[in-house]
Parts: sequence; structure tokens; C-alpha cells
Amino acid sequence: MLAKIHVTYKKGVLDTQGQAVHHALTDLGYNEVKQVTVGKYMEVHLKGLSEENAKDRVREMCEKLLANTVIESYRYTLSPTE
Amino acid sequence: MKCGVVVFPGSNCDHDCYHILKHIFELDTEWVWHKDSADLDAFDFVVLPGGFSYGDYLRAGAISRFSPVMKAVVRYAQKGGKVLGICNGFQILVESGLLPGALMQNRWQKFICKPVFTRVESTDTPFTSLCRERPILRIPIAHHGGRYFAQEDTLKAMQDNQQIVLKYCEPGGTVSEASNPNGSMDNIAGVANEKKNVFGMMPHPERSADPLWPDQDGQLIFKSLIQSF
Repeated sequence: MLAKIHVTYKKGVLDTQGQAVHHALTDLGYNEVKQVTVGKYMEVHLKGLSEENAKDRVREMCEKLLANTVIESYRYTLSPTE
Repeated sequence: MKCGVVVFPGSNCDHDCYHILKHIFELDTEWVWHKDSADLDAFDFVVLPGGFSYGDYLRAGAISRFSPVMKAVVRYAQKGGKVLGICNGFQILVESGLLPGALMQNRWQKFICKPVFTRVESTDTPFTSLCRERPILRIPIAHHGGRYFAQEDTLKAMQDNQQIVLKYCEPGGTVSEASNPNGSMDNIAGVANEKKNVFGMMPHPERSADPLWPDQDGQLIFKSLIQSF
């Protein structure tokens, strides 16, 4: 099982990297850009778990370590590994 | 009086803290290794020094908070033991939940290393009691992730309970946008827990506590702590 995890700042938390990237894109002429969010992407390979179990375990990993829930939110997808 | 300086892989202000405590204040000072989860009850206080523990991987302090020694630090703090976290030590304390809020990347993306002025907002803590007469301290900062953040309700509770202990200010003591080096919410430079036995600060008092340096304001933090016993 492969967990693809995205961690981004919560609403109301200033994303300074996103702002800087937004400015850079505007400087390059991409005036259609409305907002940029910079976050983290992680791939966690799991072994020997049913999808149901994997859901619980990945949520726990996010809550405990992978995201700081004071400032960040997380979302993930699970897919079978080849 | 006996104190401990915790050493994580990547701590780099541990020797500075040790030097100030052992040679300037002549305390019985011991190293505490990050793999050691034994009780810290023999210490009068414990310092989590600055640095880049575990390379700041994932988030500053995120991995260190699960090191064996942090289990002991949490037990120690819950029993009322006094814990001072400086810079990376502060980041570890917020990650571990011993202090409220979070520390994020600086507002203007840069690592900042310079002396700043901070105003002591609360002298009703074991870490700042001697700052009543001299509430403005000139202490250096050196960090990339020192932008303090807390959710509104947390911040309100902290204000009500006088947990906001240090704020960045101008030399005369005015807390202003211009004197905020990293974009911290409310200019916050240091906070305490509800019981005031755990204190974290981004500025480095150990870098301004040796009588050989012209800046010695950091001494007030250590002196307050020593006198609190």
C-alpha cells in the first residue's frame, strides 16, 4: 500500500513561501495566478495492512508526526503498490 | 545547585549553555544525552539548548520531541521541574506540547542572526523575576524558524494568564511592527506554560551572559532562574 500525503498550512496561517512564489510568478508575467500554496508531499510505503487499517495508521502518523495540527492540515490517498 | 543541559544530535549551543552555567554561575552542570530516558529529578532545572536537532528535518523540533530524553523532560515538567528551552529548545517544547503555539519559518524567509531588544512582559515567572528593574534586554537571535503562531483562542488564554513573557521591541521598549524581526504574532519572543515552570525563548541568553562580552543581559534570565530556588 502506498500513502500519498499532502501537508499544507491551515486557513488563516500565513504561508510566506506561497506568497514569495506567487510574487515570483507575477514577476514572470503570470498575472492569472490568484494564490499559491507551498506545502509538503510525502510518500509512505506500507506493508501488510488492509486498506481500512492503513487509513487509521496513516491518520495516526499524520496527527502524531507528519503534520503539526496547530498550523497544518493534511490529506492523503491510498493506493496499492505495484 | 544542579542543572542539566540536554544534548540532541545537532545541538550546537549546548557547550555555550554548559559554559555559562558551569563556569560563570559555577553550578554543578551535567550533560543529558538524548537517548537517556532516566528521571531528571536530581536536577534543579534543565536546559534544552539551541541548534538544529535532527537537522530540522520535517519541522524544527518535530523529530527531537520523540527522542527518549523528551519522555523524561515531559515527566519532569509535569511534576513542576523547571525547563528552559532556547531557540531550537523552544521549538522542541512547542512541538512536544509543553508550550502552546507553533514556530514557523521567518516572515521574510531569511536566517536572522543579530542582537535584538526584547521587553519582559511578565516578571511573575522563575525565569524573569529579576527583570523588574530592567525589563528591556538586548539579546541576540539566530534562527530561521522563529515566527511564533498561536490560534486566536490560545493566544487569548495566554494573554489572560500572562504566559507571553518576552516581546520583540525597540531599544526604548516600544513594541512595534518595525521591531519584529521575524513576523511573530504579537511580537512574541518567549512564552511560558500555564504553571510558569516551562519557558521557551528564541533569543539566546547564553550568548550574552559571559562577563567577557559587552552584552550581558542574558545573565538576568539565568540569575532569575537560580534565585527562584
